[in-house]
Amino acid sequence: MRRRLAWQAARLHEIRAETATARTLVLDVPGWPGHLAGQHVDVRLTADDGYTAQRSYSLAAPADGDRIEVTVETVPDGEVSPYLTEVIEPGDQVEIRGPVGGWFVWRPESKAPVLLVGGGSGIVPLMAMIRVRRQADSRVPFRLLYSLRDEDHRYYAAELRRPEPGLDITYLYSRTSPPGSARPAGRLTVADLAEGGWPADFAPDCYVCGPTGFVEAAADLLLTLGHAPERIRTERFGPTGD
Amino acid sequence: MSIVSRGFRGRRREGGDLPPGQYLVEDFPVLSAGPTPRVPLDRWEFAIDTEAEQTHRWSWEEFMALPMQTPTVDIHCVTKWSKLGTTWEGVSLDVFFEDVETAAEYALVYSYGGYTTNLPLEDLLDGKAWIVHSFDGEELAPQHGGPARLIVPHLYFWKSAKWVRGIRLLNEDWPGFWETAGYHNYGDPWREQRYEGD
Repeated sequence: MRRRLAWQAARLHEIRAETATARTLVLDVPGWPGHLAGQHVDVRLTADDGYTAQRSYSLAAPADGDRIEVTVETVPDGEVSPYLTEVIEPGDQVEIRGPVGGWFVWRPESKAPVLLVGGGSGIVPLMAMIRVRRQADSRVPFRLLYSLRDEDHRYYAAELRRPEPGLDITYLYSRTSPPGSARPAGRLTVADLAEGGWPADFAPDCYVCGPTGFVEAAADLLLTLGHAPERIRTERFGPTGD
Repeated sequence: MSIVSRGFRGRRREGGDLPPGQYLVEDFPVLSAGPTPRVPLDRWEFAIDTEAEQTHRWSWEEFMALPMQTPTVDIHCVTKWSKLGTTWEGVSLDVFFEDVETAAEYALVYSYGGYTTNLPLEDLLDGKAWIVHSFDGEELAPQHGGPARLIVPHLYFWKSAKWVRGIRLLNEDWPGFWETAGYHNYGDPWREQRYEGD
């Protein structure tokens, strides 16, 4: 039988600032069935007159029993994200539905090398994969290319600073590089992917997540480098800008 | 009754023409599962394969010579955005099916790049679906499914396959890409059929 995904009450346990505009929400969802790294949840908010709004957010970490984490970036002029980053407090309730999505996922039993390419808040589902790898004691080699505007926009900074065997991280600053950086600030290039990624003949599983333009560019560059289209999984958010 | 989220006000929108759970966008978000396929027009074709294994094919030139319509429709993505009053240019599926003999009830739409999606054949006929090559008076961009995509506006937008290559007619339903990855088999936005079991 197929399980209907029901809306479940979730209570905010804890909130952590990631950047000036992004917060990680730790939520208790009694009866949470567990999830795969890369899946997302729908969050529904209800006003006291019954008006509701819902949005999808990537899960940022493996489940800890009934406890889940999402990281939310404030969308300027948004309807749901400013509530989740600025208004909600521990003890407050929202509704959650999920987990959702069975494509953009990494399973710890997988043996292929992994290339993670994240732009901005596109790091969130990739971080869930990194955390699941660690939790499962997987020795699958991971490489992460993390494109971000500047150091102030870095999510999970302390955690990613700790050395982790088999995980190589390259930060690609698009707007302002930290002092002493060898790479000038700029968009993701084919050289970045050639240096920080895997050769195509290693047949890595590639996960690309970020704003539409970033994902479009990164996926095209991976194809240029000879990666097979069926090994490139993408998750995009936002408009094309055209 | 839903659980009230303390302090949530929300932003009420004018106009009651959005399906439940949807919000309005003015831009045009992009969703796809992998890299954008690039299909040269001289190699493009659209095919209908019947359950009797007969294939009807159209080249790009043959497609462009068919009678065009410019439907203006609302589109609803399962990821919650809706876009109202979008205008496309293309050919009604009724035109493609004029000479197709079939008793099949199901259609599996397949795309360049390997994407598939399924729907009852009747949801493609009687003026409900088009193969389009233009959006808002301009050639359809590859990110949005160009050179040609399917448009089935009355279902969630994942049924409107980008980079459409053909339709296989089947006597039995055959779930497609998202339908086997936890999404609803039919996908009616007005009944909020987002996920398996909804």
